[in-house]
Amino acid sequence: MNKKQKRTLCRIIAAAVLTAAAMIMPNAVPYNFIRMALLAAAYITVGYDILIGAVYGVILFQPFDEKFLMAVATVGAIALGEYTEGVAVMLFYQTGELFQSVAVGKSRRSIGDLMDIRPDSANLEHEDGSVETVSPDEVPVGSVIIVYPGEKIPIDGTVVRGGSSVDTRALTGESVPRTVRVGDTVSGGCVNVSGLIAVRTEKPFGESTASKILELLEGASAKKSRSEDFISKFARVYTPAVCAAALALAVIPPVFGILTGGNADFSKWLYRALSFLVISCPCALVISIPLTFFAAIGGAGSLGILIKGSNYMETLARVRTVVFDKTGTLTKGTFSVSGIHHNTIDEKELIRLAAYAESSSSHPIAKSIADAYGQPIDRALLGDVNEHSGEGVVAVVDGKEVAVGNEKLMARVGASPVACSGIGTVVHVAVDGVFAGHILISDEVKPTAKDAVSDLYRARADRVVMLTGDNSSVGIPVSEELGIKEAYCELLPTDKVEKIEALIASEKDGKVAFVGDGINDAPVLARADIGIAMGALGSDAAIEAADVVLMDDDPRRVAEAIKTARTAMAIVKENIVLSIGVKLLCLALVASGAAGMWAAIFADVGVMVLAVCNAIRALHTGARNHKKETA
Amino acid sequence: MKKIYKIDVDCPTCAEKMEDAAKKTEGVANAAVNFMTLKMSVEFDEGADPRDVMKSVCKNCKRADRDCEIYV
Repeated sequence: MNKKQKRTLCRIIAAAVLTAAAMIMPNAVPYNFIRMALLAAAYITVGYDILIGAVYGVILFQPFDEKFLMAVATVGAIALGEYTEGVAVMLFYQTGELFQSVAVGKSRRSIGDLMDIRPDSANLEHEDGSVETVSPDEVPVGSVIIVYPGEKIPIDGTVVRGGSSVDTRALTGESVPRTVRVGDTVSGGCVNVSGLIAVRTEKPFGESTASKILELLEGASAKKSRSEDFISKFARVYTPAVCAAALALAVIPPVFGILTGGNADFSKWLYRALSFLVISCPCALVISIPLTFFAAIGGAGSLGILIKGSNYMETLARVRTVVFDKTGTLTKGTFSVSGIHHNTIDEKELIRLAAYAESSSSHPIAKSIADAYGQPIDRALLGDVNEHSGEGVVAVVDGKEVAVGNEKLMARVGASPVACSGIGTVVHVAVDGVFAGHILISDEVKPTAKDAVSDLYRARADRVVMLTGDNSSVGIPVSEELGIKEAYCELLPTDKVEKIEALIASEKDGKVAFVGDGINDAPVLARADIGIAMGALGSDAAIEAADVVLMDDDPRRVAEAIKTARTAMAIVKENIVLSIGVKLLCLALVASGAAGMWAAIFADVGVMVLAVCNAIRALHTGARNHKKETA
Repeated sequence: MKKIYKIDVDCPTCAEKMEDAAKKTEGVANAAVNFMTLKMSVEFDEGADPRDVMKSVCKNCKRADRDCEIYV
């Protein structure tokens, strides 16, 4: 609680004591006056700022100012002789306001804690080796900063000295620390866990990952959802409407009474009208709906799911079709050796020969073979290298002629290759003109991809579609393995946009989400109802292009994000129905005389407290979904 | 030019009042108040001096809601 809130609490307690004291005063001559004095003191103590605010409201000509309405209701009640009620309404109103401000402050703080990635300082290393602690803003690009164990890495950069493991949980939600060595890149906001590292900065602080994410989250609630628009429109109409109804209630029945020759009963109807004013503030709604979105966005953010606005949260909740771009989302997007078949020599030897022969090539295939070999190349063992464009390479390794390439190259060297039944790119190897075996290279399916798809089916996002630029002999087996029923292969980037448009057209109520890796698919991300980019840590382009950004590359996060959004939207709906329902019920009861001012203020504050508590629930739903996923 | 300021305000309705007041201030192209993060982002008209403009923004916001605060 801050100072202001503490002061309000003291005022509420003092006023409550005074009111209680007033109520135990016996109803006899000298005590009556004491009671009046106590109640007056209580009213002033708890409500003076409301009264002052009301006067200002009148001066500024804001007739529907909530302070003004509260002042009218309570002063009116006192004028009617309902002293205790006047005081009590003010007391409860202030209690509700206090609760609301404490609850909002608390969720602000807990979201702040969740997203505690803003580094406070950086240790800048000068040329002479001395280290100075400076604000991260002041670190120039290209300078070296020292990160001690336990510290947050302040700025994106490359490790130039030392090695350590870094905890990326605050950015990605991934709890397993990542090992970094010299030459690896690290992102600002990660925590250095074990060893001291020196990092050469690559970006100014303002453009570092941590700053970008915070900027994104802080800007997120600025993009309003339809529910929020509805609420602010409702609030604009609701208060004047209730005030008009109160006026009508105060005037029409008595006039009707007089005209029909009966009793006017002014005070009875005036009391009911004043009770109306007590319920005229739409605060429960106005506070709880944005709070829900804020909490949900913050909660998701702490799991590495960045939702760029509450409007996207709303769309995400309505997603029924999820379209994956295969490479980089369901598969790793990097090629690796997945098998060696029909080899006549030892597997390791085959890989070694192929790696040597391909060592001067920069082709991804060559790189994957080199990775599989995993040892440095000794150039002395390598003789003549002849590249045959579109076929492969023939090189002299250890004095032997090694041919590495496709069938055409095999025909050229006179070897007879065995065809492969596996999926992927086949690299044949012949030694001295004799077929020695082939290496199968393919894009690996991510280990969690299958779960990711079944999670989506279970979450009732029941149409999962896969798009890929690969040919169908590569694409279809992947989709079958993952249980995806719809797959479209051999698509050019422009075809993907058309496919998305067709899917959007075929979807009646639901929304279409496109999941890409943020590389070369910006137009598709933009065209889909909602664009989700994954593996975005370190990729600014993806963060810019997408509506929802998954910081790590686990495809299960897609279902998690959808579920979190749905829970948040369910809470929003509950709060709308609850608040409006209770208010309307109260208005009806008050108008008919079944409930008085007491009930009105109780219901009003009570429903606000309930709605705020319900809204805060959204902060933790993401975490709960996440736990379920990883368990 | 766009700048973001930290603010203090009690309720979302008051925040909306601040937003309206800031928007109407001369030299302000657009303004948005985020009640949840307690931030006000102000987009200034071209050629306007943010410091001068913010003075009148503060004044106008104070008029709209007495309890609000802008930390310039």
